[in-house]
Amino acid sequence: MNAYVGIDLGSTTTKAVVLAQDGSILGKGITNSRSNYDLAAEVARTEAFVTARFGLLRREVEKVAGIALLDRLMRAFRVQQNLVQMRRLQELVDEEVDRGVVPDLRAPTRAVLDAIFKRVEAEEEAWFAEENPGTRSDFFRDVIGSAYTRSAEAIVPDTGLAFDLFLGLWDKCIIRVENEPIGLGFADHIGTAITRLGSPPSVIEGVERALAVDLQATSTVGTGYGRARLPFPKEQIRSEILCHGLGAHAMFPGTRTVLDIGGQDTKAIQIDAEGIVTSFQMNDRCAAGCGRYLGYIADEMNIGLHELGPIAMKSTRNVKINSTCTVFAGAELRERLSLGERREDILAGLHRAVILRAMSLLARSGGIEDEFTFTGGVANNPAAVSALVQLVQENYGTKILNISPSSIYTGALGAAMFAAQGVSS
Amino acid sequence: MELQKEMIAEHFRRLEQAPETHEPVVYTFVPGNLTELVRSFGALPLLPEINALQSGMRGMSRKYIAEAEKAGHSEDVCTYVKCDVGMIKSGNIGPTGTRLPKPDLLLLSYTGCYTFMKWFELLREEYDCPAVFLHIPYQSDGRLAPEHRQFIVDQIREKIIPALEKVTGRAYDEGKLRELLGYSRDAEDDLVAVLQTAKQRPSPIDAYFGAVYYVGPIFSAFRGTPEGAAYYRALRQEVDARVAAGQGPTTPSGRLDEQKYRLVVEGPPNWTSFHEFWQMFSDEGAVCVASTYTKVGGTYEFGFRHDPGDPIGTLADYCGGCYTNLSLPQRIDMLVNYVKDYAADGFLINSVKSCNSFSAGQLLILREVEKRTGIPGAFIESDLVDPRYFSAANIKNRLESYIQMLAARRLGGAS
Repeated sequence: MNAYVGIDLGSTTTKAVVLAQDGSILGKGITNSRSNYDLAAEVARTEAFVTARFGLLRREVEKVAGIALLDRLMRAFRVQQNLVQMRRLQELVDEEVDRGVVPDLRAPTRAVLDAIFKRVEAEEEAWFAEENPGTRSDFFRDVIGSAYTRSAEAIVPDTGLAFDLFLGLWDKCIIRVENEPIGLGFADHIGTAITRLGSPPSVIEGVERALAVDLQATSTVGTGYGRARLPFPKEQIRSEILCHGLGAHAMFPGTRTVLDIGGQDTKAIQIDAEGIVTSFQMNDRCAAGCGRYLGYIADEMNIGLHELGPIAMKSTRNVKINSTCTVFAGAELRERLSLGERREDILAGLHRAVILRAMSLLARSGGIEDEFTFTGGVANNPAAVSALVQLVQENYGTKILNISPSSIYTGALGAAMFAAQGVSS
Repeated sequence: MELQKEMIAEHFRRLEQAPETHEPVVYTFVPGNLTELVRSFGALPLLPEINALQSGMRGMSRKYIAEAEKAGHSEDVCTYVKCDVGMIKSGNIGPTGTRLPKPDLLLLSYTGCYTFMKWFELLREEYDCPAVFLHIPYQSDGRLAPEHRQFIVDQIREKIIPALEKVTGRAYDEGKLRELLGYSRDAEDDLVAVLQTAKQRPSPIDAYFGAVYYVGPIFSAFRGTPEGAAYYRALRQEVDARVAAGQGPTTPSGRLDEQKYRLVVEGPPNWTSFHEFWQMFSDEGAVCVASTYTKVGGTYEFGFRHDPGDPIGTLADYCGGCYTNLSLPQRIDMLVNYVKDYAADGFLINSVKSCNSFSAGQLLILREVEKRTGIPGAFIESDLVDPRYFSAANIKNRLESYIQMLAARRLGGAS
């Protein structure tokens, strides 16, 4: 089966999409971009092929074994992927103890680490065993990192050792694990995942059939800030503006205007009925008003990035944030807090400030035409969407606003479509 | 190129020696400059914005701008001004490494840039020298009205000539001026012929980046000189030879014979990353076939030539018609005509952040040219000589996106 791959090397995350010949999406993968774009591209691509295989598997296994079993198989696969990376992490941490811990404390440190990793592993097993576990991040760093921190918080205080020591060991070693090529592909772990399930024959048969499909990347196109790092000829590299335009067109064919707010840039794009870009504007020099702006604010307020939007949605009062500079906005935020403004109102003001900057780019690119599609990580933030809806209404009247739950993959999808179209043309 | 280098080096050598040779020095700006008149009095012209851009190209501007900011000039001030002020504060060593002389006269032709006026106010303060102001009426309704022309002629006769007579000690010599205007006319004929070769396929020149070198002599001190006329004659022969051989221009990516995209450009180039910026175009196989920047020192393609038969009147016509004095509709017409006449695939605006006079209205220009040509335009932002404002990754991203957009349109149109 021919497969077309699009890879979007963003400043924060790297995404990959695998398309079938008929244009249907076979698989999607995402990873954090790290400082190593080559590896990030490989990880995202592997992940996209893993989900593509599971997509194929779904057809095979669902028929004979039912969807519940398939979900358990997917979870078993994730646990296997995570455990193999965790063991590598454990090895690296062990080496680091020799390097960074005074000899007297090495043995007690190792004992505590052993207890922490046992507990992390037990959490993974518990997640696998649970009937209906909630959704959780697919990133190893997020899942194992939070389990590690939780375990360390529970264990370290009684040992007389410093908590910071264990956080430092994590910080040093997680980067190395993320930057090592570790086999995380479908074929690497599906065998052990099946064993976890007790090797039901129906699943084995389905997996064999899914594996028998020759899934070959016929062509790959890269996009995003790191695109120049990809080992492709120039013809296989596309600007993310074109990819976002085409990707948004594929998701919502009626799209004429696209707003993409990514980690460090904001793009306002106008496209025609075929998804071809006719005009665009980007922020220049200054990245205020992009995703990182919200990341900075979340750090300043000591809350998670994903919590910002929901907190801002509770706002009942308009607070105007005037600064167009991220760092100054941080100062303004502190001042507002000291004046007694409520956190949710300030956050709502900050979201509005982000969208106001986007509105300026949209105006400069030619305005907003029906339909209007919002993409990029910030499109998942309810307060940003709410501010956008309001400002679009005020400035352009009622427009259809499209937001896909998979909007983060828009660029990679467009790249995969360019791959399918034949990049040489 | 070699000829040009020698001419410029010789000019700066003469400027350096001016305090000893007692050749009077007149500072003036490129748009609306009266070089022939200045030279007819035996004075040497010196153009501060040319020095600033040269400092930018030679990697000196960062230091100079820092000096000017230290002296109290805001970050938002025109970076040409700060580069010049910083250069003066750093010993006034010019772009070729020679010391620049003090001005005997500051001659300001006001052709749309308000900052020029403030710049000379600073220099007048610095040097305590006389300054004379030639007010060129803005072509708000798209033409230089007869009374406007007369207004300029009267100012030249009643203010500029007496000021030049006073600082040089020489009487106005109309015969000499006529002779120099003849050199200008010849050079202008050749320059227009060279710039219009870009209508050929492949274009033998890059009419933006490459043409910056071509307009150098005529923009700076060499209009109305036999050396200038000889330079343009030689340049025309060289470019004609390229046309005959079917050759493209030499670019940072090598000789560009295979030209995939023909672009028209509005706005000055970035000088601090000039070659990097140019290479972003040439790597994409893009050649610039026409540009408005190469007209800020004078628009000649519509037929204007300096006329020795009407020496003062022709200077008035020249000043009134230079690009910076044109209205927005005129600038739009120029770009639209360039796109059509030079069969361009696209057009691009390089907008200069620190230039309020000419960046204002550029988005409007973009939209109008798009509407009238049916071709999408690109918008890039950088600066003249402040290296902090050239974000290579961002600009490359925009340019590549634009080129790919043109490619996609080409495919879409063909299917």
